[in-house]
Amino acid sequence: MTTAMTRAQVGGDKPQREATRQATYMPQFDIQEMDEGLVLYGDMPGVGPEDIDIRFENGELSIHGKVAPRQQNVSFLYREYGVGDYHRTFAVGESIDVEKICAEMRHGVLTIHLPKSEKARPRRIEVRAE
Amino acid sequence: MASMRWEPLAEVNRLRNEMDRVFGRYGDRRSSPLAAPAYPPMNLWEDDDNLFLEAELPGVGPEDLEIYVTGGNQLSLKGQRKRPETPQGTWHRQEREEGSYSRMLELPCRVDSEHVSAEFRHGVLTLTLPKSPEVKPRRITVKAE
Repeated sequence: MTTAMTRAQVGGDKPQREATRQATYMPQFDIQEMDEGLVLYGDMPGVGPEDIDIRFENGELSIHGKVAPRQQNVSFLYREYGVGDYHRTFAVGESIDVEKICAEMRHGVLTIHLPKSEKARPRRIEVRAE
Repeated sequence: MASMRWEPLAEVNRLRNEMDRVFGRYGDRRSSPLAAPAYPPMNLWEDDDNLFLEAELPGVGPEDLEIYVTGGNQLSLKGQRKRPETPQGTWHRQEREEGSYSRMLELPCRVDSEHVSAEFRHGVLTLTLPKSPEVKPRRITVKAE
């Protein structure tokens, strides 16, 4: 979380103007819930581990992936998709252990682990026999 | 004036582009029940010497992908995408495509299949397909007298 804060401050001091404007797209996600937490898988082809910014604030998870422009000034023979940044936010209802959030990026797929806080985990209640 | 000509189709296209921008990067390609979604989506462009093909295949490793060029201008791409197998848990969302896919494409010109190169980076596949010598544009020099 500290790194995210620092980066936000740096960004605030020196707003970086981009030379080209690209569209921003909504990446597709799978979300799985397990007893110990939530796992999110997102398709973000073209995004490297260093180009991703994930923030978790007030129960809202925000994901932003930067994609460098490719194929500028070329004439397309087929064009079935556009290239641009990715952005998506999710409202997370569960109580999450913020300190233990972790994420990895592999082959253009982002995986985010959101572990539930100790009190939100399901607990099996033992019934004592008399 | 040619530039002032009313082109109704261009208007429609512009509207469609606008809708694509609003509704997503694939436009109506996926949402329309009539248009079968082709997977993976591809972009194709060229320069004088090469054709370039790019396909988005997030989550596919180089080992899960087969690329063939046959007959000089037929390109086929095969592979599969798997969802991680986890014994427990419930899925809240399943938006990502999974399963095996295969796509065949007729290239607009013949290519030198011996020298096709492929690069795979962050889930984006880029193929460089050199054009056959006979289809490359040739500059004709005009001799001065």
